[in-house]
Amino acid sequence: MAAATASRSGLRSALPLLAPAYLWLTVAIFLPLSAMVFFSFMTELPLSGKPWTFTLGNYATFFSQSLYLTLLLASLRLGLEVTLWCVVIGYPAAYVLAKVLKGRSREAIFLLVILPFWSNGLVRIFSWAMVLREGGILDTALNAVLPFKINIDLMYSYPAVIIGLVHSYVPYMVLTCYLTLQAIDDSLIEAGRSLGASRLQVLKRVIIPLSMPGLVAGAALIFVPVVGSFMEPRILGGRTGTFYGTVIEDQFVAVFNWPLGAALSFILLAVVLVILAVASPVLRRAA
Amino acid sequence: MRMPDLTALLTATAVFTSALAFAAKADEVHVLNWKGYGADEPWAVEAFEKATGNKVVNDFFNSEQEMLTKIRTNPGLYDVVMINAAFNDQAMDGKLIQPIDVSKLPNYADISKDKAGSPMLVHDGKVYGVPWVWGLTALAINDKSFDKPPTSIAEMWDAAHKGRVVIRDDAVEAVQFGAIATGQNINDIKDMDAVKAKLTSLMPQIKTFWSSENDWNQMVASNQIDIGTYWSGSADRAKTHFKLPVSLVVPQEGAVAWLDAFSIPVGAKNVAGAEAFINYMIDPKFYVEWVTKVGAPVSANTKAVEALPEDAFNRKVMGDPEVAKRIQFQAPITDAQREAYLALWQQLKVDVK
Repeated sequence: MAAATASRSGLRSALPLLAPAYLWLTVAIFLPLSAMVFFSFMTELPLSGKPWTFTLGNYATFFSQSLYLTLLLASLRLGLEVTLWCVVIGYPAAYVLAKVLKGRSREAIFLLVILPFWSNGLVRIFSWAMVLREGGILDTALNAVLPFKINIDLMYSYPAVIIGLVHSYVPYMVLTCYLTLQAIDDSLIEAGRSLGASRLQVLKRVIIPLSMPGLVAGAALIFVPVVGSFMEPRILGGRTGTFYGTVIEDQFVAVFNWPLGAALSFILLAVVLVILAVASPVLRRAA
Repeated sequence: MRMPDLTALLTATAVFTSALAFAAKADEVHVLNWKGYGADEPWAVEAFEKATGNKVVNDFFNSEQEMLTKIRTNPGLYDVVMINAAFNDQAMDGKLIQPIDVSKLPNYADISKDKAGSPMLVHDGKVYGVPWVWGLTALAINDKSFDKPPTSIAEMWDAAHKGRVVIRDDAVEAVQFGAIATGQNINDIKDMDAVKAKLTSLMPQIKTFWSSENDWNQMVASNQIDIGTYWSGSADRAKTHFKLPVSLVVPQEGAVAWLDAFSIPVGAKNVAGAEAFINYMIDPKFYVEWVTKVGAPVSANTKAVEALPEDAFNRKVMGDPEVAKRIQFQAPITDAQREAYLALWQQLKVDVK
């Protein structure tokens, strides 16, 4: 009884602190999202002034045309690949930041990691376009250094999309892993070493298991937006740049078919939630 | 010397004060158009505001569907809206636009008869759209890649250009382009399978799907493409304004032509201002300045085109009777057709992945 009163009064005193965030979430996310759920069951957008009725047709479209499923699978693969590359690139960097560098040099490297966050996403992508194209910065620089002639034209290809997305999302992985790696007590690593474990064993048995929550959080933060990404594929992908996200964008921008675009978005949301739900017990055990 | 200035000033003041007398906001002309498409040129807005005392407020759309929705959901907000002739029917059926009293537009008399009388713009003898400019979706080439310009649309399929061909990311335009390549009428496509087969064989040639002028110009500037579909006005702008090695080719098989027109929405608050604005937009003086400073499509006003130099692209190439014979103007298409075209286009894009 006393505990219940205490927790209630705790809630009451916490309310002023929580209210702004929840109010904001309700207004800025919950309401528009509910409107989109509503739209996804309509034949016409009510804004368009045409008569409309409720329908499941928008969701049926996904299943009646194989192209949406093909694109969804392509986008999921893209999400997995980008996440994997972010782990490969981001985890060692986070380790060095957390355990090797100290003081000023850590601050400097940290700044470099966060720097992409401070620039506009579109600017980042267009700068990649300058680097990756034939006769671009990468091509010219390599040819200036190498004794033989090579031709690098990565622009408008699948690798270009991967490069652009990895660049945009790798800071998430570095930051989440850095936090968990930094929390690992150095004496645990020293204990492992002094008990005769090799560096690799310490990494496998101590460091990776203890930093797993950071890896999982980073992976989820990256995977979800990448699956729905449209800007990077459209600009960097060229002929191969058609993904699930670009098709949704087309429905909203090019043909103004919001109901279908909303339905496709919610199917994506459902698929991503299912994947995270299926993966979470496995990941939690690993963590 | 100072007379015209004085007259302009007096007129401006007169219009300004009389407008003020009616309503505080009646002197604003709200214009809905594509961004960067003539009506929002700062020098043009300034000249118009100076001459009439009306203040121009520009708003933009990204697709025709968005434009229709904007005028539907904001009745009374816009005074002038730029509607492609192929969409005029839909706007009129939806009771979104009103007949225009062309006697208030001194420049209307100079609009070429075939454009002014277009059945897409005139219904029951009432004018629902004032033809502004027209242009082509034809081919443009990178001059560095050709010794002499090609004449046939088949150049797009030439294996020599593999990976150096671009096409716009637009379902309707792509399908109509396919219709021309298979020798069909763009407004009455009988053999859709042939169009699909033709476009399927084009896809492996494609470097990317462009969506803005900037995409196209950048790719030419960095010498990444040889040939692709392009708008006539944009090709002219790339050549004259940006000094890029770009030439327009109107292939012997034909090209897609479109006509853009100005309309006045139902419930417009400043009809007089709208009429003045439309009249200004079709004025030769504005047009010549637009072409010289920025590069533009072809004016529907014959006097405006005649005011250009003899060798101007919009006069020499676009005014060529031989070209006129080859081009096909886009007619209205139904929503069902549009969705079918989009489905076909998306399928093609997925198959080539």
